[in-house]
Amino acid sequence: MLDAIEAFLGVPAPLLFGQLLLGLINGAFYAMLSLGLAVIFGLLNIINFTHGAQFMMGAFAAWMLLAWAGLGYWWALLLSPLIVGFTGVILEKLFISRLYKLDHLYGLLLTLGLGLIIEGVFRNEFGSSGLPYRIPDELQGAWDLGFMFMPIYRGWVVVAALFFCIATWLVIEKTRLGAYLRAATERAELVQAFGINVPRMITLTYGAGVALAAVAGVLAAPIYSVNPQMGSNLIIVVFAVVVIGGMGSILGSIITGFGLGIVEGLTKVYYPEASATVIFVIMAIVLLARPAGLFGRA
Amino acid sequence: MSSDTTITAIPTGVVGKQAPGIWGFNGSQLIALLLMIAALGVAPFFLYPVFVMKLLCFALFACAFNLLIGYVGLLSFGHAAYFGMGGYVAGHAAKVWGMSPELAIVLGGLVGAGMGVVFGWIAIRRQGIYFAMITMALAQMIYFFCVQAPFTGGEDGIQAIPRGKLFGVVPLDSDMAMYWVTAVVFLIGFMMIHRIVHSPFGQVMKAIRENEPRATSLGYRTDDYKLVAFILSCGLAGVAGAVKSLVFGIATLTDVHFSMSGEVVLMTLVGGLGTIFGPLVGAAVVVGMQNYLAEAGAWVTVIQGVIFVACVLAFRRGIVGEIGNLFKVKL
Repeated sequence: MLDAIEAFLGVPAPLLFGQLLLGLINGAFYAMLSLGLAVIFGLLNIINFTHGAQFMMGAFAAWMLLAWAGLGYWWALLLSPLIVGFTGVILEKLFISRLYKLDHLYGLLLTLGLGLIIEGVFRNEFGSSGLPYRIPDELQGAWDLGFMFMPIYRGWVVVAALFFCIATWLVIEKTRLGAYLRAATERAELVQAFGINVPRMITLTYGAGVALAAVAGVLAAPIYSVNPQMGSNLIIVVFAVVVIGGMGSILGSIITGFGLGIVEGLTKVYYPEASATVIFVIMAIVLLARPAGLFGRA
Repeated sequence: MSSDTTITAIPTGVVGKQAPGIWGFNGSQLIALLLMIAALGVAPFFLYPVFVMKLLCFALFACAFNLLIGYVGLLSFGHAAYFGMGGYVAGHAAKVWGMSPELAIVLGGLVGAGMGVVFGWIAIRRQGIYFAMITMALAQMIYFFCVQAPFTGGEDGIQAIPRGKLFGVVPLDSDMAMYWVTAVVFLIGFMMIHRIVHSPFGQVMKAIRENEPRATSLGYRTDDYKLVAFILSCGLAGVAGAVKSLVFGIATLTDVHFSMSGEVVLMTLVGGLGTIFGPLVGAAVVVGMQNYLAEAGAWVTVIQGVIFVACVLAFRRGIVGEIGNLFKVKL
C-alpha cells in the first residue's frame, strides 16, 4: 500500500509527510501572525511592522519566565501574551495613537522603527546565537503513525494554532464585542456616536493583535531557538501571505496562512531550490489575476 | 480614521506653477547647489575618499528613492533589490566579462530599470500600504534568488571586482580617480532627478501624490505615470549600486537585504521627504553614523530605530525640510 503511494508521489512517503508537517507548522505561524496583522489593520489602518519583534518578544518572555521565575511552558502560554500584549497597549498609547490623522505610511515607518529598537535591544542583551527552550514534558516524544513519526509537540502546535485562530474568528464574528469591532472597522465615527469608547477599543485591539503574535512566539520557542532575529525572518513572508489572502476576511487569512505553509512544504519536496521564493511568486501571480487578494474586497 | 493628508508635510503650493530660476532651481536651491558642487570638489582632500564615495552612492540611491516617495507618494519598501542587483550585475560584468567601468555602470542601471518594469507592473496594482508590502515581498524574493544563484557567489558575494579603465583609457585604481567618476555620476543622477521633478511629467507625478483620483479625472493615466517614475527610480538605484560595487570591489548580500531597503527609507526621512537636497543630507547622517558608531555594534540598529520614531513623531519634515521651513525657502 505504502509502496503504491510512494510510486505515485515519486518521493519517499516519510520525506513527503515530514515536509508537509513542517509546512503545516510554518502555515500555523503564518496564519496566526497574518490574523493579528489583519485584525490590527482592520481597526487601526496601520500595518504593524513591529509584529515580528512582538512574536520574538513572546518567545523571549517564555524563556525569561522559565529562566528567571521558574514558570514553565503552560504558564508562559498564559502569561507571555498578557505581558507582551500589555507592552503593545503602552506602545499604542504612547506612540501609535498620535498618527491616526496622518497618512498610513507614517504608521508603517513608526512601527518599523519600534521593531528595530526592540530587536536591537534584545540583540545587545542576548546576542544573536539563540537560546534553547525545552519542549514541556507532557509533549515530549513522538507518535508512530505508520507512514511517519510525528513529534507530539509539532502536532500540538498545529492543533493549538488552529484553536487560537478559530477562537479569534468566533470572537470577531459571533460575539457582541466582535460586532462592535466590525462596525468600528467600517465606520468608527458612527460607532463612537452610539456611545462606545472607540479609542479604548482601538488600544485593546492592538493589544490583542500583539498578544496573538506573542502566543505564536511561545508556540515557536521550543521549535526554533529563541533568538532576536526569529521574527524579522518570518514577518516578510507573512506580509506576502497577507497580500495573497487580502485583509478583508478573518477566515481568509487563516486558510491562506495554512494553505501557503503546505504549498511551501510541497515545494521543498519537489523543487527545493524554489522553496524560499515560492510564496513570493504566488503573490505576484495572485496580484496579476486578482489584485485585491484571494479573499479581499476590491 | 482615514484622512487625505499627504506623505509630505511640506505645503507644495500650486501644482503646475513653473519654478523660476535656472534649470528649475530657485534662488536658494541654486546657492545650495553651488555649495554642494564646491563641497564635492574639496571633500576628498579633507575626508577619506572611499568614505565620501560610499556616501555619494547612498546619496544617489536615496535621491532615487525620494523620487518615488517624495514626488509620487509611493513608498517602495524593496529598493535594495534594484540597488543590490545593479551592483551584482555590474560587478559580474566588470570581473567576468571584462566590461569597462562606464558600461558596467550603465548596465547596472539598465538591470535596475528592467526589474523596475516587471516589479512596478505588478506592484502598482495596489496602493498605499499594500504597495509597500508588495515591493518588500518582491525584494525578498530577489534576496533569496541572490542567496542561491551561482553568479552572485552566495554568502561570499562577488569579490575582487576590478575598477578597470574608464573608456578603456583612464585607470581608476587610485581612489582619487574613482572619486571623480563617482562624483560626476552622482551629479548627473542628481540633476536628472531634479529635471524629472520639474518637467511636465514631474508636475503630473506631484498631482498624483496630492490627489490621485483627481489626476485620473483630469485624463491622466496615473498608472502609466507611476510605472515610469518607478522605472526611473529603480534604474538610478541600479546605477548607485553599480558604482558602489566598483568603488569597493565587492558586491554582497548586504546590499540586497531588507535592512538596506529600510536604511534608504531612513536616509530619505531624516533628510526630508520631497526635498531635493534632503536625501543627500540624510545619507550623510546615516552613513556617517554607521562609520563613527561602528564599534557600537547592535546599538546602531537601536539608534536607527530611535531616529525613525523621532522623525515620524516630531520631525516629519526632516533636516532639510526644517531648514527650509525656518528660512521660508524651498530646498
